This record gives sequence, C-alpha cells and structure tokens, in this order.
Amino acid sequence: MTSSRHSEKPPKAVVGSQVSHEEEMFGKAFDGIVIGRFLSYCLPYKKSLALAVVAVLIFTITQISIPLIILYIIDNALVAGSKNRSVLDIGSVIFGLIIIINYGANFLQENLVGRAAERVLIDLRRDMFSHLQRVSLSFMDKTEVGRLMSRLQSDVNSLQEFLETSVFAVGDLVLLIGIIIVLLMLDLNLALLTLCIVPTLFVVRFIWLPRARVAFIRARESNSITNGALAEAIHGVRTVQGMVREQTNFNLYTDRARENMLAHLRAAKFAQFNIPIVDTLTGTAMAIVIVFGGNEVMSSELELGVMVAFIFYVQRFFDPIRSLTLHYSFMQRAMVSGQRILEVLDVPISIKDKANSKNMTECDGSIEFRNVTFGYAREQPILHNISFKVQPGETIALVGPTGSGKTSITALVHRFYDAWEGEVLIGGDDVRDVSQESLGEHVSMVLQEPFLFTGSILDNIKYRCSTATLEKVMDASRAVGADEFIRELPDGYDTILEQRGANLSLGQRQLISFARAIVADAKILVLDEATASVDSYTEMQIQTALRKLLEGRTGLVIAHRLATIRGCDRIIVLQDGRIFEEGNHDELIQKNGLYAHLYSLNYASFDDISENPLV
Amino acid sequence: MSAINTSEGPPSTEIGLDDTSRADQFVEGNKLEFGLLLRITKMGFAHSVRMFIALSATIAACVFQLFIPRYVGDAVDYAQGLLSVSSATGTDAETALWSAAYMIILFSILRGLFTMLQNYHGEAIGHCIGYELRLAFYKNIQRLSFGFHDKVHSGDLITRGMLDLEGVRMFISTGIVRLVMLIVLIGGATALMLKTDSLLTLLALSFVPFVGWQSSVARLKLRWMWLLMQEKLGILTRLMEENLTGIRVVRAFSGQKHELNLFERASNSTLSVALKRVSVRVASTTVMSFSFFIAMGLVLWVGGLKVIEGEITVGRLAEFLAFMTILQMPVRQIGMLVNSFARASTCGARLFEGIDRKPNIYEKQGATPLKITDGILRFENVDFSFIPGSEANKVLSGVSFSIRSGKTLGIVGPPGSGKSTIANLIPRFYDASAGRITIDNQDVRDISLESLRQFVSVVQQDSFLFTASIENNIAYGDPWSDGDRITVANTSAQLHDYVARLPLGYETLIGERGVSLSGGQRQRLSIARGLILKPGIIIFDDSTAAIDSGTEQKIRLALRTDHEKRATIIISHRLGSLMHADEILFLEKGNIVERGKHEDLLKKKGRYYDLFRLQSQPGLDHGVEAINLDQA
Repeated sequence: MTSSRHSEKPPKAVVGSQVSHEEEMFGKAFDGIVIGRFLSYCLPYKKSLALAVVAVLIFTITQISIPLIILYIIDNALVAGSKNRSVLDIGSVIFGLIIIINYGANFLQENLVGRAAERVLIDLRRDMFSHLQRVSLSFMDKTEVGRLMSRLQSDVNSLQEFLETSVFAVGDLVLLIGIIIVLLMLDLNLALLTLCIVPTLFVVRFIWLPRARVAFIRARESNSITNGALAEAIHGVRTVQGMVREQTNFNLYTDRARENMLAHLRAAKFAQFNIPIVDTLTGTAMAIVIVFGGNEVMSSELELGVMVAFIFYVQRFFDPIRSLTLHYSFMQRAMVSGQRILEVLDVPISIKDKANSKNMTECDGSIEFRNVTFGYAREQPILHNISFKVQPGETIALVGPTGSGKTSITALVHRFYDAWEGEVLIGGDDVRDVSQESLGEHVSMVLQEPFLFTGSILDNIKYRCSTATLEKVMDASRAVGADEFIRELPDGYDTILEQRGANLSLGQRQLISFARAIVADAKILVLDEATASVDSYTEMQIQTALRKLLEGRTGLVIAHRLATIRGCDRIIVLQDGRIFEEGNHDELIQKNGLYAHLYSLNYASFDDISENPLV
Repeated sequence: MSAINTSEGPPSTEIGLDDTSRADQFVEGNKLEFGLLLRITKMGFAHSVRMFIALSATIAACVFQLFIPRYVGDAVDYAQGLLSVSSATGTDAETALWSAAYMIILFSILRGLFTMLQNYHGEAIGHCIGYELRLAFYKNIQRLSFGFHDKVHSGDLITRGMLDLEGVRMFISTGIVRLVMLIVLIGGATALMLKTDSLLTLLALSFVPFVGWQSSVARLKLRWMWLLMQEKLGILTRLMEENLTGIRVVRAFSGQKHELNLFERASNSTLSVALKRVSVRVASTTVMSFSFFIAMGLVLWVGGLKVIEGEITVGRLAEFLAFMTILQMPVRQIGMLVNSFARASTCGARLFEGIDRKPNIYEKQGATPLKITDGILRFENVDFSFIPGSEANKVLSGVSFSIRSGKTLGIVGPPGSGKSTIANLIPRFYDASAGRITIDNQDVRDISLESLRQFVSVVQQDSFLFTASIENNIAYGDPWSDGDRITVANTSAQLHDYVARLPLGYETLIGERGVSLSGGQRQRLSIARGLILKPGIIIFDDSTAAIDSGTEQKIRLALRTDHEKRATIIISHRLGSLMHADEILFLEKGNIVERGKHEDLLKKKGRYYDLFRLQSQPGLDHGVEAINLDQA
C-alpha cells in the first residue's frame, strides 16, 4: 500500500471544493426596469450629475479642439509662404486657454461622477440593509447569509464599476462622434477613406469579446477553486497532519495549481490578441492619411495642417472604441447585479405594524394561544389548532421530539411570523394589534446558540438597552454568575470579543447571553435551551443562572435537560404540532404517556430522539 | 503609436495592474527590501527563454514605436515638398510618401506583435512563478507544526497565499518589464529628439519628471488610503454579516434601530475615506494631463517660432508632438511601477516568511519506521509548556503512565488541565519539553513521522470535515481503501444507517454545498475516519461530547470486537464514557492527582468521587442515566 501511495492517484481523494463559487455573470446589456430603478437612486444627485454631463461635454470639446488649434497654427503661421509670428502667439494663447478649460472640466467631471457614484452605492447598500431588517424571517431562513452578503458586496461593487465608467462612456461616445464629425468637415474624402478602418475594429472586438470572456471567467473560476483548496489545507491542517495526507494533498494540489496556471496562460493569450490588431489598424489609418492626404497636400487640395490634425485624430481614435466595448461588458455585469439587488429590495415585507397599532405600555406577562394553526410552507401546517394559556410568572416547558413545533410556538410569541389561523395574545393583546417595537420590549429571547456580536462584553450585555448603566450590567452578570470570569479577563467588561466571542467557552457565552436577557428586563422570557454538552462544572452554573433568569418572569422554555424540565411549573408535551399532554413531571409520569416514555428511554436530552419515539 | 500599453485581461489579473488591489490589504509600510526583489527577479530569470523573449520583445516594441514619429514627420515634410531631395518631380515625393506609409504600417505591425509578446510572456512568467510559489507555500504550510498554526490566524495565512502571492507574481510584468520599457522609451526618444533640437527636447520632456513624481506620490498615497478603506470596509462587512447571521437575536431584542445606527456610522466613515480617495485620484490624474498639455503648448509655441525662423520644418515639429504622445502613457504609469516595487517587497516579505519557515517538528536524520512488538505506549516524566523553558506556564508536569494493546486508559479533569495536550504529544503534534514518550521503547522523536502518525490516530472534538463526499471524508487517511472498509468503519461509528438512508448514500457531499450534519453526526464521521486506518493507538479527545450516551455505548461495543490489537485512550468530561477503563487518570493543572480503576477511585473519596457525585445528581444531562445505560 505504502509503495503506491506516492505514485498513483488515490481513487478517493480530492482537495478543495470541485465547484467554483463565482456566480454566472452574463445578462443582457440593457434592462429598462433596472435602469429605471437605478435612475431613481441618482435622483438626489441630479444637480451634480447634470453638471457632470456638462463638464463631460466641455471636456470632450476641448479634447477635440486641441488638434484643431495645431491645424490652425500650422496652416496660418508655419507653412511656407504664410509664416506669421502673431498668429502663432495668438494660437498658443488660445491653446493655453483651452487646456485650462480642459483641466477644469476634467477636474469637475471626475470629481462629480466619482463622488456621486460613491454616494449612490452607499444609498443602495443602506436601502438593502435596512430592508433586510424588516423582511420576514421566513425569507431569511431560506436565504444563505453568504448569498445576501454577495448582494451587499460584490453586486454593489460591480455597479460601482459601471457607474464610475458610465459617464465616461458617454464622454467616449461623444468624443468618437465629435472626432468623426470634425474629420468629415475637414475633408470628406479623406475622412471616409480613413473611417473605413473603424468597422473592422468593431467587428474584431465583438467577435473577440465573448470568446475572451469565457477564457477570463474560466481563469477566475480556477483561481477560486485553487484558493479554496489552499484555504481548506490551512483550516484542516491538523487533520491533514494527523492523517498523514501531506503528500497526497500536495500531488492533488499540484494538478489544481497547474490547471490554474494553464487557464491563466490561455486568458493572457486572449487578452493580448487585440494589441497587434489595434496597432495594425492604427498604422494603416495613418498610412492612408499620409499617402492620400500627402498627395492632396502636394496638389494643394488639402492644407498641411489638416493632414497633421488627421494624424493626431487617428492616433486617439481607437481608444474610445476600445473602452466603449469594455463598457459594454461592464454594463452586462451591472444589469445582472442590478436585477439581483432589486430582488432583495423587492422582497415583500409580510409582517408590518397595523396603521392603528397601539403601543403596549403595560403587560402582565400572560401568554395565550387560541386555536393557532401555522406553518412555513403552504399546505404544510406545523402547528394544528394549538390552544394554551400561561399565567403571569408561570414557567412552561415545551417538550417533544424534533419537528414537533416547539420552535414555531416561541417564534409566534415574538411575532417573527403571523399565525395562519387563530390568535396569539400577549398580556391580553393580539400581537398583530400592537407595534412590533413595543412588543419587543416585553418579550425577550435567549436562543439556543448564544450569538454574540464582535465588540466589548459590556456592549453585548446591554445590547437591548444601550442606556443601561455599568452597575445594571454588573448586577445582571452577578445574578447569572458571569461576573467572576468577566472580571478575570484582561480588560474586564471592556474585553473585546473576537469573532463573536470565539475567545470564550460555550458555557461562558451562554452566561453572557443570559445576562443580556436580564438587562433587557422583559416580562416574558422565551428560552431555547442549548443542547450541546458542556462539562459538569459549567452545567451547574448554567442551571443556577437559569433559575435566576426566570425569577419573576413568565417563562416559555424549550427544554432539553431533565433538570430544566423538572424546574418548570408545567410541561406541555408536543407531537406533530399538537399538544399531546400537559401537566407537571409527576403527573405526566403517572399518566404513563409520551412523556413517561421519553423519560424512561433515559436519553441525555430529548432532542436526541429524532424519530417518532412511539413507533 | 496609439498609447495602448495596458490591455484588458481577466479581472483576476487586472487586480494586479491596479494599485487598488486587495493584495495590499494587510501590508504595512513602504520599505523596499532589495534582497526580496532580487529573489523574485531571480525566480523570473529562471524562466530564461520566456524572460529573454519578454525583455527583447519589450526593447523591440519600443524601438519600432520610436521609429514611427520620424516617418510621420518626414511624410509631413514630403507632402509640403521640403524633403524631396530631387524636388524636381512630384512622383518622387509621392514615392517617398508611399514608402513612409509602408514603413509606418510595417513598424506598427511589428510594434503590435512585439508588444503582444512582451505582455504575454511577461504575464506568463508571472503565472509560472505564481505556480511555483503556490506549491512551495502549500507544501510548507502543510508541514508547519501545530505550534505555528496556533499562533498564526488562518485568515492571515490565506491572505498570504492568495493576495500576497499576487503581489509577488505580478512583479515581473508590472515591475521589471515595465522598468525596461520606460528606460528604453524615454532614453530612445530623448536620443532621437536630441538629434533635431536640444531646447525642444528639453521642453518636450519637461512634463516627465513632474508627472513621474506626481504619479508615484499619488499612487503611494492611494495605496495607503486603500489600506484604510479596506479596514473600514472590513468593519462594515463584519457588521452586515453578523447582523444577518444573528438576525434572530437582532429581532428578538428589537435591535433593528441600533443596528441601523451602527451601519450608518460605519458606512459614513467608509464614505468619507472613499470620497478622499476620489479627491486624491482626481487631483493627481487631472494635474498630470494638464502638465502634459502645458509641455505640449510650449513645444508648439517654441517649435512654431523655430519653424518661422526656419530652424526646423513643420514635419520635425509634428515629430516632436508625436514623441510626446508616445511618452505620455508610460510616464503616467511610473506610479504603477513604484507601486509594484513597494507591493512586491511587502507582499514578498509576508509570503516568503510562510515559505521559508522551518517546522519545529521534523523527522530526525535517520529516523526509522516504527517497529511494533508489544504495542506499549509509555510516558516517562513528561513536561510540556507552550513557551519553551517557562516553568510558570507548564501545561503538563511529570506525567508518567503506560498503556498496552487491548487496554483502555481514561483521562478526566477540569477544562485546561492538560488532557488534550497528552493526546497531541503522542503523534508528535507538539514535542515534550522534558521527559520522553516511547512506543515499544522507541522514542517518538526517533521514529519516522509517517509511520508514527499512521499508528496513532487522534479523533478531535472539533474535527475538521472536508468539502467532499462522505466516502472521501471517511477514507481521508487512506484514500485507497475500498467500499467495504469504509462501510465497516462507518458501521462501527454508528453512522452507516444514516448514510445508507441518504439518496446519494456515501457519495453525498458534505459541507457548504452539501448536507449539513449535526454535531453528533460530525463526531461519528470523524470516529469512522479515525478507525479506517486501523491504528494501534486510538485517542478520543472529547470526541463523543455531542453523541448521546446510548449511541456512544453502541460505538464502544462495536469497537470491542477487534479490541486486542489496539490501545484506546478516552478523554472525556463525561464519566460514563470512561468509567469502564482499565486505568483512569484524574488530571489537574497538568499533574496526575488521582489514578486507578473506577471502583478504587470512588473508594478514595477524592476529586473523582466528587465529580461522580456531581454528575449523578438527578437531572444533570449525563451521569445516572449514562451509568444506567452502561450497566444495561
């Protein structure tokens, strides 16, 4: 086995993901709806953009007129027979004026466009972000965070590319048309002859671009695959070394890296293919001017200055064509990005405050479900006709196998979703009749995964009430037993949590999230108990903290641990979205039903039982 | 002749052409390290044929380009009838025009072809170097010991291998080749122009120092601002990402307003840097164009005077203007050149540090494969500290024990007591600071790493699974193993039933794009992965914490079948997992404070007893229940 290890290709080994994460980036170049929506984002800056368009025009005109001045000087001051010092001086002064205007217009256009583009992007990003704060959780559940992030980042960036270049694209187009008009006016025949070259370049570009783009995209994909394999090797280095996979991985990676190199070499070929063509066409155009223009000059049909001006125009002729075809692909990309961004912006907000929603100022802490039916997907209800009532100050344990509807009940209490049928009452008010903001003040939640934000511990604990004093925060921490370890950290409460608290243990994060809920000080606490096993010492702390947390509040707890379940006043056992039985521990054991059965299985946590336990 | 020097390419390579490349993300300072630049240059010259083609094509392209203005000037003068030597007939002038035209076409084609070669081979060398660097980096990173990876953040390493590598790779085309091009172009143009008129040459070149300086200063400034911008964007990105990931917390605490405020603040500070960048960029590009036009105006005016005084012809004036047009673009790119040097040197420093660093753990000269006789693992007075020689930070002190094939050792203790360290010392993920570890009397430091690590398998608590099929993940340690072996290992790990029910079975992809496994399933998968190697020593480093006690019991029973050939070490905080062990060590602050069998330890009424009582409390998630199951 060992002998073949280094030579043959192992049958069951790969490095990195086999697919690239680059998303397809093709689309039509023009989409009226996208453009229209975009323009509405430009509206606030219409004044500066209008000014920018004027500046672009002025800039282009001055660009075009520079060869014209040279022409004027040559023909009226320098050609044998009409040598004239004062015309030269005047011409030079005009040249000076023109370049000053050119400088000013250039400065203005670039600044105006650059600034407006940055602002539009920020506006767009802000709109998306704040929209996402309001869309329903069912949308967020279905959508990967990575996907949304790519909307917020790379799609916004490709719009930036487009916005920054689009005004210059207009400039290029004006420049091109301007040059053509000037050439035609200067000398019709020579102009027509020279312009014959132009379509050739357009044709070449449009044949070349799509092919080249395939090669470019392949190169980019292969980059992402190769880099993915590197990232994997770094993240998984401990396993790699433990399993002695270094050599095998290196061989596989070599293939990846070679493919990547070849893809890039191919793309590089495509990228350079244009250069000799453009150069040849430029040379040819110039030669046409020299031969035909020169002959006309000799026969005095054409002035020398015009010939020189033609040469200068021809030199700068191909730049706008080149960049125009580039803009075309920017535009295609921008349209796709635009559509994706609109998709996010257009996600309907299904949970809204009623027009006459009232502010819930007082709340006794009672919870009532009346004949609630609810589900996430059509025709697939998760909860069937659920009714129960929780008295103020009571603690209820929700128990049942995975998929029985526990989480859905807690989500409805906070109105993350709306029930299909029936109603959810908090403190006697239907949750749909009160403002979401005020509802949030009376209901706080502790999630299964203690999610913390990057930032100081203090900021995390007072997340809900940014005005909370340090005292209050410390009291809360003391209550849940987090104060001790927080103080032992290098900066105490000001310790910055790296990467969402990766520098703390799971148990510690849990305790901080408890403290956060205490500071929020809501009458009703919804708690989803963590299932992950922690060591016995931390487990004890958590149990004590839990008791503190529920003191004086109405509690709705998705409980997994027997200790937690036993500590509750009442247990509601759910199965398949229906309330199967309810009562306290002893009552339920006596009943000898589902709960008793679950209990007799002696599982560490009820969540381990994912299949129907009665079957 | 047109000022085409840069060309479109795949976006990934375009990154490098621009100073606004992400490659600069974590690079500080602009100090040039000539040793590094030399090293990169040498790597480039190792591709001698390509390098020769690239450089000679560069020179050729420049030379052909420099010929063109002369023909343009001549043509203007022919047309005007000034240069026709035998100005008698118009046909001579026409012939002269034709030949000038031919030459221009010819030189344009040649210039284009050579530029293509220059660019292509310049880039190709970059990609070849990139390939070599990638492999070298990958190879070394894989070998660097755990101690290195503990200290260096993985994100930092990825940045080095991706973005810093780009900065280094691009140096040949954006640094060396461009430098040669600039020297030849400016030098050649100067020499050719000087032949005609020295004052005009001076004027025509007057924009070069200013634009060159301006472009370099602006580039370096933009680069610095780019770093700042990345930092700000990083904050914004993190904020958005955490918000979206933690959307339930945000909603649960009605934190939307708070979040929007944070967003607004972060986004405004990004905007202000972005706007400053626009200002700096615009100020520099426009002033560069302006100074070029001033120089052009001066050439036009002074040249015009000289034409009027008959010192030069109109054709020569046109020639000067044409030279200026040729020089404009490359001179404006001096900033990119400077940037390329700065970038290659900072990126290079970071990349080569990863490539050159020697691993702390390496095979001794003449290390021999492990020879197994009795299969006895022995710790003899082992000390360990992450900081060598520091007494205060000792993680283990004076740990001694031994275990032989067929036996089970349990290790228990509070968090941070050194349990995992013991596991990591056996396959030499770290080396002991004092004392020795032997397997059948061979010091692990004398054994070849490959044979040692094949014999010892550690199943980590947070094991890394690869984005690949389940089958490939299980066969990770031996990708030649057949389906039967995989199924057997997976059955022992109690995961086979689950996998068999999946539509794609063992072919199912896991990870980002595949199914997501629960914590317990992940741990079972990594147990299967550890079993496939049929190790002589298997260590479960808290690797059953997410598996319920019932399933854990089944795994243990399954493992008992081929028990004789293997020594098992179980590290756990759940006593139910290890109470059956032949010996249990209770570890505290790196010392073994109690040892013995379960019953003996209970009788001692010490630490172990306390922990047992704690876990036996009714209701705590593990303890009585687990114990009941064990006896069932």
